[in-house]
Amino acid sequence: MQRSSEVKHEAIRISEIIAQNKQKKNVSNLFEKVIPTILFLLASITILTTLGILYTLLSQAIQFFRTVPIWEFFTGTVLKPLSQNSEFGILPLINGTLISTIIAMLVAGPIGLMSAIYLSEYASEKVRRVLKPLLEILAGIPTIVYGFFAFTFVTPLIRSIFPEVGATNILSPGLVMGVMIIPMIASLSEDAMTSVPNAMREGSLAMGATKLETTIKVVIPAAFSGIIASFVLGISRAIGETMIVTIASGSSKNFTFDITESMQTMTAYIVEVAGGEAAAGTTIYYSLYAVAITLFVFTLVMNLLARYISRKFREEY
Amino acid sequence: MSIIANKMGIQLKPKTKLKESIEMTTSTQTNDIVYDTKELNLWYGQTHALKNINLEIHEKEVTAIIGPSGCGKSTYIKTLNRMVELVPGVRTTGTISYKGTNILDRTMKVENLRTKVGMVFQKPNPFPKSIYENIAYGPKIHGIRNKKLLDEIVETSLRGAYIWDELKDRLSENAFGLSGGQQQRLCIARALAIQPDVILMDEPTSALDPKSTLKIEELAQELKKDYSIIMVTHNMQQAARISDRTAFFLDGEVVEFDDTNKIFANPSDKRTEDYISGRFG
Ligand SMILES: Nc1ncnc2c1ncn2[C@@H]1O[C@H](COP(=O)(O)OP(=O)(O)OP(=O)(O)O)[C@@H](O)[C@H]1O
Ligand SMILES: [Mg+2]
Repeated sequence: MQRSSEVKHEAIRISEIIAQNKQKKNVSNLFEKVIPTILFLLASITILTTLGILYTLLSQAIQFFRTVPIWEFFTGTVLKPLSQNSEFGILPLINGTLISTIIAMLVAGPIGLMSAIYLSEYASEKVRRVLKPLLEILAGIPTIVYGFFAFTFVTPLIRSIFPEVGATNILSPGLVMGVMIIPMIASLSEDAMTSVPNAMREGSLAMGATKLETTIKVVIPAAFSGIIASFVLGISRAIGETMIVTIASGSSKNFTFDITESMQTMTAYIVEVAGGEAAAGTTIYYSLYAVAITLFVFTLVMNLLARYISRKFREEY
Repeated sequence: MSIIANKMGIQLKPKTKLKESIEMTTSTQTNDIVYDTKELNLWYGQTHALKNINLEIHEKEVTAIIGPSGCGKSTYIKTLNRMVELVPGVRTTGTISYKGTNILDRTMKVENLRTKVGMVFQKPNPFPKSIYENIAYGPKIHGIRNKKLLDEIVETSLRGAYIWDELKDRLSENAFGLSGGQQQRLCIARALAIQPDVILMDEPTSALDPKSTLKIEELAQELKKDYSIIMVTHNMQQAARISDRTAFFLDGEVVEFDDTNKIFANPSDKRTEDYISGRFG
């Protein structure tokens, strides 16, 4: 009897306290209403910046297309911006970008996925707790460091085995870029795989499937959208990567498929032109914007693709 | 079922040691023993979850395992297909002989054991694949590639789980679109697809409505013609309705194990009686 009345007493006091606090809260109600507006304004900054960038790019690129026909630009295989009879074909740059991206993904895709499989399916909790932060450190290294690593270590290494490889070539920065992207793919794919419920693994194991079979036939398909999204983001990262290729691939505007040769990517071209003495108003100067907008479209498409894929293949579990 | 079994040709012959002739003669009216558990102890780290279990499970019967929450029912049936090992830090002592082979032996290949011992979980856990692929998964894992044979297995298994008529026009749909009861019967069909000898069921109806529950109970009755079924349940009526024998677990021990009729009509242990009549647990 005594106890229950005591409990009741407590209850009354608590409801009183809550009522008092409610009153105090009313004062801050105004603040509560202002907050969404402030947040909205802050969010708009990003959108406005993006629009600003797009406007700059487009308006300058239009200047470029006044002198160089758009068709010539996108189908031209020769890029000679500095020569007397200059030519502005973007294909060598697109080619360089795609080749370096493919090399990078050939490294990062398999290794990243294997690492993710190891981390999510095989590593013990202890190992995982050590390895994951290590991966993230790898992701945090500035790209200029990777660039020097490619130029001063990987290229000489390749040349010591294959002497015919050039001092600047697309292979070495491509490989190093791949290493740089591994953590991103590993980490995102691992997230996707660990979020597959254990009940599914159990369902498979209980039928006599081995761990590997379960991983390949149940876990990976269930995490497929996340894995693909991580690949697409990796590609997008490789396309946008600048420093490594600028340092290690040189500035030859070759249109070739020989990976031992120097090639230039879109990003490296932008660095070269922006860092050079191209006077404002010249065709070279404007070409920078035309290349930049192409690059923008490439990465935009990749990002949209990542979003689309992760929506489309999302498996509800 | 058995005709198809021969057709499929996946009836793996278990390596049975010759049963002693004495055992053969004593088991004339009762069915053969499929699982013989002797002095089984199991620890999760420090937790002593199973204490000195001795239990004989008979072929082609439904054995019910009842007992209050936390008494070790799930732990026990997960030991029967060694799924319990997925929990890190599990230790066992004693033996469980499955058709004469000690499955707790380190050299036992769990994949072989689990091919013969299917499992149905408390929460239906279909794969996020089509209905067809869910059923074909097991056969495919075990090397069956022939499309026609797979089609046949899918149909037989779904028929076996009495869900063929409901699903035959939806085979390519994602299994996640099915109701909970349908998903559970799909999971049973999935287990049937590799024709195990034993089917372990851990509270297979606890997430289901009464109608689906009834269907699964009928199914269990039907399945025991071909399979040995071990079912954990919290539902006394269910155990009484469908099982041939019942084991009552309490605090990691088997308090009583007997014919279901005997357990429910005339239990020999006071604790069994209390539990069955709802006085605790
Ligand atoms: N993964 C685990 N790690 C540690 N202890 C566990 C684990 N699983 C179960 N246990 C313990 O083992 C004992 C038996 O658990 P078990 O799940 O077998 O009980 P149960 O009879 O199936 O209960 P319920 O009816 O609630 O499903 C409990 O004390 C439980 O806390
Ligand atoms: Mg349980």
